[in-house]
Amino acid sequence: MKVIVNIQLKNGVLDPQGKAVHHALSSLKFNEVNEVRIGKQIILDINESDKAKAEQRVTTMCDELLANTVIEDYTIEFPAC
Amino acid sequence: MLVAVAVFPGTNCEIDTKYAFEKLGAEVVLVFHKEEKLPEGTDLVVLPGGFSYGDYLRSAAIAKFSPIMKAVIDFANNGGKVLGICNGFQMLVEAKLLPGAMKRNESVHFISKFHPLKVVANDNFFLQKCTIGEVLNIPVAHGEGSYYIDEAGLKELYANHQVLLTYCDEKGNMQNPNGSIDAIAGICNTKKNVFGLMPHPERAIEEILGSKDGVKMLQGFIA
Repeated sequence: MKVIVNIQLKNGVLDPQGKAVHHALSSLKFNEVNEVRIGKQIILDINESDKAKAEQRVTTMCDELLANTVIEDYTIEFPAC
Repeated sequence: MLVAVAVFPGTNCEIDTKYAFEKLGAEVVLVFHKEEKLPEGTDLVVLPGGFSYGDYLRSAAIAKFSPIMKAVIDFANNGGKVLGICNGFQMLVEAKLLPGAMKRNESVHFISKFHPLKVVANDNFFLQKCTIGEVLNIPVAHGEGSYYIDEAGLKELYANHQVLLTYCDEKGNMQNPNGSIDAIAGICNTKKNVFGLMPHPERAIEEILGSKDGVKMLQGFIA
């Protein structure tokens, strides 16, 4: 089963990379951009057919390693294959 | 005085750290990350600088699960003294031995230069030889050194004298190179046996290299 984990800095935590990219977009005259936030995506292929169990395991993975929950939020998605 | 310096794949400051503590009269042993025990009689564990596990995922995110880190965490929880420098500080934060988190520098650049630091608290082993308000000239070298902690956590740090060092200019006025909350450069835990800082005192122990202000800091552990 494929599982997609999206990790981004929590709201209110300054994202310097996003700010730098926003600045670059502005200098390219993409003035419609209000804000840029950069995160990361981790794609897992796991041996589990039960979606609920998979979600529980991946949540533990996020809390223990994949995300730093002091500054980061994460979402778990199951893409339609 | 026995100092154990932990070495992870990607660590690159272990020899400088060993050299610095030997110069101060300590016996120093390098301990590989696959070891499960610290040497018998260890007085201080140092987690040195570098790029453990290539900084993959986040700085120090993977190092905290190394076999030796279990021993280091037990050692710290039993009151043993632990010092984390740069990547070592990031490990202590990731392992939750110190509060807060480390973010990418606000400028997004890697910073490598001498930077003045102000001593904020000296009622601890590490900075006992320094005076409050004293300005020390120590090199910094990091890309992810922007210290973050929420407001409640910050209040607690100040209340317990856990903010040890802040970045400043040569006169001691606040100057923030990386966007750390309150320009914080180093902290300790509530029990004051676990210390972390982004700057490198082990690189400032001889005048010929630009400063020996690091001697005064590291000596706190020797006395």
